[in-house]
Amino acid sequence: MSSLAVRKAAPAAGTTPGTAQGPPLRRRIALIPTITLLIGAIYCLLPVAWVAIAATKSGSELFSTFTFLPGSGFADNIRDLNAYRDGVYWKWMGNSALYAGVGALLSTVVSAFSGYALAIYRFRGREAIFNVLLAGVLMPPVILAIPQYLLLAEANLTDSYLSVLLPLILSPYGVYLSRIYATAAVPADVVEAGRMDGASEWRIFTRVALPMMVPGLVTVFLFQFVAVWNNFLLPYIMLSDDEKFPITLGLYTLLEQGANTPALYTLVITGALIAVVPLVALFLVIQRFWSLDLLSGAVKS
Amino acid sequence: MPNTKRRRLVATTVAVTLGATALAACGSSDDDSETESGPVSLTYWTWTPGMDKVVDLWNKGQGKEEQINVTVKKQASGDTLVTKILTAHKAGEAPDLVQAEYQALPTLVSNDALADISGDVGDAQSKFAEGVWQQTTLGTDAVYAVPQDIGPMMFYYREDLFKKYDLTVPTTWDEFAETARALKKKSPDTDLTTFSANDSGLFAGLAQQAGAQWWTTEGDKWKVGIDDAATQKVATFWGDLVAEGAIDNQPMYTPAWNKALNTGKQIAWVSAVWAPGTLTTAAPDTKGKWAMAPLPQWSESENVTGSWGGSSTGVTTDSEHKEAAAKFAAWLNTDGEALNALAKEGGIYPASTSAQLSGAFQTPPDYFSNQADFYTEAAEIAETTAPSAWGPNVNVAYTSFKDAFGAAAKNKSDFTDALKTMQDDTVADMKKQGFGVSE
Repeated sequence: MSSLAVRKAAPAAGTTPGTAQGPPLRRRIALIPTITLLIGAIYCLLPVAWVAIAATKSGSELFSTFTFLPGSGFADNIRDLNAYRDGVYWKWMGNSALYAGVGALLSTVVSAFSGYALAIYRFRGREAIFNVLLAGVLMPPVILAIPQYLLLAEANLTDSYLSVLLPLILSPYGVYLSRIYATAAVPADVVEAGRMDGASEWRIFTRVALPMMVPGLVTVFLFQFVAVWNNFLLPYIMLSDDEKFPITLGLYTLLEQGANTPALYTLVITGALIAVVPLVALFLVIQRFWSLDLLSGAVKS
Repeated sequence: MPNTKRRRLVATTVAVTLGATALAACGSSDDDSETESGPVSLTYWTWTPGMDKVVDLWNKGQGKEEQINVTVKKQASGDTLVTKILTAHKAGEAPDLVQAEYQALPTLVSNDALADISGDVGDAQSKFAEGVWQQTTLGTDAVYAVPQDIGPMMFYYREDLFKKYDLTVPTTWDEFAETARALKKKSPDTDLTTFSANDSGLFAGLAQQAGAQWWTTEGDKWKVGIDDAATQKVATFWGDLVAEGAIDNQPMYTPAWNKALNTGKQIAWVSAVWAPGTLTTAAPDTKGKWAMAPLPQWSESENVTGSWGGSSTGVTTDSEHKEAAAKFAAWLNTDGEALNALAKEGGIYPASTSAQLSGAFQTPPDYFSNQADFYTEAAEIAETTAPSAWGPNVNVAYTSFKDAFGAAAKNKSDFTDALKTMQDDTVADMKKQGFGVSE
């Protein structure tokens, strides 16, 4: 009874008109986006959940028990994966980390240089270079794998760590993103002010521009890292020694063992699950750099 | 203006950086010219599990004496490996030895990737059944590979459920159809088997058993016979069974199929000699309840089977030590010790007839411990393998099969139309590739 009185009294007090109606209305509007996002989340997470649950099943449980019923073989699966050909799985993980880590780092450095130069300097052919890059963004890397292989074969570099790293260094998308980001985040006034103070171009770039570009470069690094981690065709064409395989290729060889040998499903599923962990960890660690965005303003506009 | 200069410098740097990857690739080309004498080292692309252990036997034994050292580079099997070999061959970087499925040999040979090793394999031919050896010669005097493993087709069935439903093991395809119908009557939820439009190799094997010759040569032209009478007979047979609902139409090798085998919803499987391995993972609960019999025949008097799977060892034209490589290929696939190790480590069924009853094949596979004479019977069946005729674009025919028969099986429509599509697609692709095709 009293609560009713209070609720009636509140609008009458005139402090916050519409309070009684406000929240439900806002909730109704938020309902559709929330449901959409929830559906999206379920759509994305369901396969992950499948992998996570399937990784706990032993070979005999995998296809015979209910899909989302956890099994009893997780420890055995991990042990089998460890034991498979003297732990070659961890070698593949290490290779993936090397390709993705070094590859993403180098490509971020190149993207930072190129993006900054394209954004700040005016020189003949700048737009031409940028347009070529744009075309490169539209070009799926898959169709470049075979020409790249033939080129590297000319240099006797195939089946080496370099053969996978070299083609990754230039990422058109990374350069594109860096340029866009540098244009927005590094004001020409700041560069001009640096020149007035007598700083060299190199100093302006490293001390002034680079810190401003960090959030953009983190994004480039993350995108490249994930792209390389998931890359399949380039290493598939380049490498023949399975000691140099990244995780994607390694797991593929476990699946395709020839018609007379059953695929090692339990190992592949467990291996795939473990291979996601570094990516998730990386995102959680690096994510916070994105918030730097808010601090990087320097000129009043 | 110093600034302009610097800017130009930076601009040039950008251009150089952008071009760096391309420049790095333009180094000097190959300059390897080893002498023929002295130790030889070979690389071998294979997908057989445990091949490194088998090759160790060579490297420590005969290979050591002859100074021929082989390094295994494990690959994933399938059509993609053929593409990879051809790409490497284009760059002149193919390994010395490759494992290749029989149906891939014409593709590799027509791209000049495999060398003729007829002079270097000794009397290897005598160790193999004629129908098997013929696949590596492509009907010529050349020898392009040494057979490694084969997949003679057989009929697998649940012994206990056949008894329960009072069915007899079919010896002809007519009886097979009757068995399927009888089972449907007794237990409407149970299927004898399924027609899988995902497995081109199975259909090719069934057609081969019926006497189909999909690719033959006439003078210097290819003749494509996918739509021939024998294959039409096979397509109509399975199409009718699917259309009347006597068998299932879902693909094999899916979780649902595994479950159907494991729970007795499907009680038979037309497969090949390697089926025990697949059943071990697909239907673990039914171990010891299955039995193997020869494939049903098209007529009482016949006794032939097709093959599904199997592979060979070839020497590439890029190899600088073809003779040594051929020597190894012959050893790997004919030497008793090597074949024993291959069976133990790699789980293969050897193409070499002498090995089919020795070593690991004296006792039945674990999954079939109830059928003591499993491998004796398997060897007898293997002997009846019909000759096969592969062409240079099997992959295209297989893809077309999956599309056309996949739709036909799903809609339960006419399989002969799908066969026509498969024939047309294959011929069109061969013409596009520049092969002469006689109509």
